[in-house]
Amino acid sequence: MLIESPAGLFCPGGGFYIDPWGAVERAVITHAHGDHARFGSQAYLCADPSRTLLQRRFGPDVIVQSRPYGDPITIGDVQVSFHSAGHILGSAQIRIEGSDGVWVVAGDFKRAADPTCTPFEPLACDTFVTESTFGLPIYRWDPTNVVIGEILEWWDENRRNNRTSALFCYTIGKVQRILAELAAITDRRAFVHGMMLPMIDAYRDAGIRMLEVSSATEQPRGTKFAGELVLTPLSARGTPWMRRLGDHSDAFASGLMRVRGVRRQRAFDRGFVLSDHADWPALLQTITETGASRILATHGYAEPLAHHLRDHGYEAATLRTAWEGEPSGD
Amino acid sequence: MRRFALLYDAIDRTTSTNAKVAAMVDYFRTAPPEDAAWAVYFLTGRRLKRLVPYAAINDWVLAATGVESWLLGECYSVVGDGAETAALVLDQIPPAPSEDLALARWVEDRIMLLRELDPAAQQRRMMTWWRGLDRLQRFLLLKLVTGEFRVGVSQTLVVRALAQAAELPATTVAARLMGEWTPSADWFTSVLSHERTEDDKSRPYPFFLASPLEDGIATLGDPHDWLIEWKWDGIRAQLVKRGGVIHLWSRGEELITHRFPEIAAAATHLPDGIVLDGEVLAFRDDRPMPFSALQQRIGRQKQVAQLARTVPVVFMVYDILEDQGEDIRSLPQAERRERLELRIEEAVRLVPRQADTTAADDDEFTLTSQSASDASGADQTDMASVFGRTSGVLRTSPLVAPASWDELASLRAESRTRGVEGFMLKRRRSTYGVGRKRGDWWKWKIDPFTIDAVLIYAQPGSGRRASLLTDYTFGVWSEGELVPIAKAYSGLSNDEIAEMDRWIRRHTRERFGPVRHVEPVHVFELGFEAIARSTRHRSGIAVRFPRMLRWRKDKKPEEADTLEAVQRLLDGTRQA
Repeated sequence: MLIESPAGLFCPGGGFYIDPWGAVERAVITHAHGDHARFGSQAYLCADPSRTLLQRRFGPDVIVQSRPYGDPITIGDVQVSFHSAGHILGSAQIRIEGSDGVWVVAGDFKRAADPTCTPFEPLACDTFVTESTFGLPIYRWDPTNVVIGEILEWWDENRRNNRTSALFCYTIGKVQRILAELAAITDRRAFVHGMMLPMIDAYRDAGIRMLEVSSATEQPRGTKFAGELVLTPLSARGTPWMRRLGDHSDAFASGLMRVRGVRRQRAFDRGFVLSDHADWPALLQTITETGASRILATHGYAEPLAHHLRDHGYEAATLRTAWEGEPSGD
Repeated sequence: MRRFALLYDAIDRTTSTNAKVAAMVDYFRTAPPEDAAWAVYFLTGRRLKRLVPYAAINDWVLAATGVESWLLGECYSVVGDGAETAALVLDQIPPAPSEDLALARWVEDRIMLLRELDPAAQQRRMMTWWRGLDRLQRFLLLKLVTGEFRVGVSQTLVVRALAQAAELPATTVAARLMGEWTPSADWFTSVLSHERTEDDKSRPYPFFLASPLEDGIATLGDPHDWLIEWKWDGIRAQLVKRGGVIHLWSRGEELITHRFPEIAAAATHLPDGIVLDGEVLAFRDDRPMPFSALQQRIGRQKQVAQLARTVPVVFMVYDILEDQGEDIRSLPQAERRERLELRIEEAVRLVPRQADTTAADDDEFTLTSQSASDASGADQTDMASVFGRTSGVLRTSPLVAPASWDELASLRAESRTRGVEGFMLKRRRSTYGVGRKRGDWWKWKIDPFTIDAVLIYAQPGSGRRASLLTDYTFGVWSEGELVPIAKAYSGLSNDEIAEMDRWIRRHTRERFGPVRHVEPVHVFELGFEAIARSTRHRSGIAVRFPRMLRWRKDKKPEEADTLEAVQRLLDGTRQA
């Protein structure tokens, strides 16, 4: 049904690529993160809630079409539908049904509840293409409310010490999730790096309730941020922009922070283990729920996950990816 | 243990030195002394001998979670730390918090008794404890059990915190932490005591360390303001003689008196109440032997006398820190040097000369001390013959007095032939400091050997570099093949490490467990301090302290050095 090609996963029956790495004619996109939705293809197809995000990333001139979740469309010899993946707003699993059965390409997904997107929908299939960003038994997430509680506690402590709380997180998905979770337990205002505003606005337009934010970038010179929470992309770290935050404690919100050595290598004061990817138990649970007999793993720890699955009676292999290394969406 | 876990967490959560010290001061002031003693023990990097083997921990994890050992191995290659890996995997067992037990009780009544148990009993004990602990304490427990506890504070910071807690000078506390001690309430109380304690007697002083000279030598001003010596490549040590008892301490604060009996014997001729700072060197035919020779002595605990015949050592003294029982570290360097020469001269005069050693060299700076007559124990005759072939076990490190920096620079070119590493420059009017304080002591080392080699294997680093591929193996060409020549993991900037990491992940040819065989593309200039023939390396060559000097993006792999070229470096040193 799907084959690996130099530009990524290709469906010959439908003549389209899924999350291609290069410029192709027709790209079917799981979600709006940069390592899945790359610029340059002639036409994009995604799930409805993902459309505004893609359009904001690519500009108004790029052709982006979308479909509602669960509404199949026939492309060539196959039937394609999008199903909620719970990763970020608009993220989708792509279900493809053809003469040789049902494939589901999960893209990135998580099972934990997230106020910024619809939950993961378990789908039955024959072949399941799973992500494996955190495909090792060391990755296991605490309940979200516990982690958000830790973030608020850290912010409070910094307020008492008159320091700024600089929280690094990704611009699409993570920052909105944190702001939405915080909105449930506090009504303080937060600051964000100016770069984050467009995507936060896009989420607000989609009806997501989040903390009120102001752009730290647009405050007048000399504004003091002591005691404030400032959310900022990692790319600002180590740049002169950070100076305006004054004396601050810095933290990174990512599943990567589960490993102490990773946090220390990057010298973050704190690491909050908050991920938009499935942890090890969630990966295994999901794979079981699909009933698939063949599993293809991609991203992160694909080899160990596939090996483990083979040991447990699955037919399992890895898919190549152009993006090895750090997950950009986490 | 909860209080200690919170201290660990407070230290671990900040990169601010002041915040770390404040957390420790608070702990030292409030914790029971028997717990604080253990805390100091662990914070200063001392460790319980590994109480249980790693294989046992793998078994516990498998039994408790079903995670197989290969998968645990994959996890380890990401985490880079055995105890943390196990703790993360065992995290799936839900905690059922129980009553807190003091750190000293944990260590003395539980952890240290583990080794007496059979593996099954160890496992039962550990798993019972495991359930009763929160995540942070679980991690600490595994760290303590495996003897791997580390935390981001230096000994200097621990000393600073203890000094603040006790309102004592840092130097007093630092001296009390030197050498060997057993953690106990009494010990901790004595560390904070304002009285001079009995144990203070055997202790060395904190070593003063030189900084590498990075700017031009001319920035040091007038050469006459400096005492200049050759830089020896041996073991930095302090020789302490108080109350007639002799202790030789390495810079790593290990007591090495018994490994070098000839030095201890020679020291019996020194006056009492003296502390000398110098270098233990393997020394023969009036020049230092390679460091690898000295390594044989370090490793040997038995039949030392026999080895001492082939690898004789000297103590090359360059400073005196205590004289007639008085701490003289605050005297100027030049004055201490005079005092040193005087004391050694007196000691030498006390020693009966032996016929076969009077032909000592005539170097005016090399004072000799023959001491075999006083060596005690069964080795006496052996020791005598050992001394017979050397020209003095206690020597003062010769001074070099160049008229100009240019003259010194040309002398420096002789370093390799003389078997030294360059020069030490010490400001004449400086006092003897603590730790590495820039400005008064500089080391001006000769440039290392360099070669261009190709990156062939990479594997993850450990600790804070665990998620990055930072440990590299390099090869040089031999008959059209790249032969491994050195492993290196330091010398790149964080940005370069990240760039390399990304490249390696996409250009891996094969994987052997955590080791990746990469496409031979990248050339690095490697520097190393010494080179020796080796039968244990495929290349036939072993290099010392290899490190990456530069990423030669301008070079193609075929332009890297050949094994032959590296062998020529080896031959060069042998002729010298």
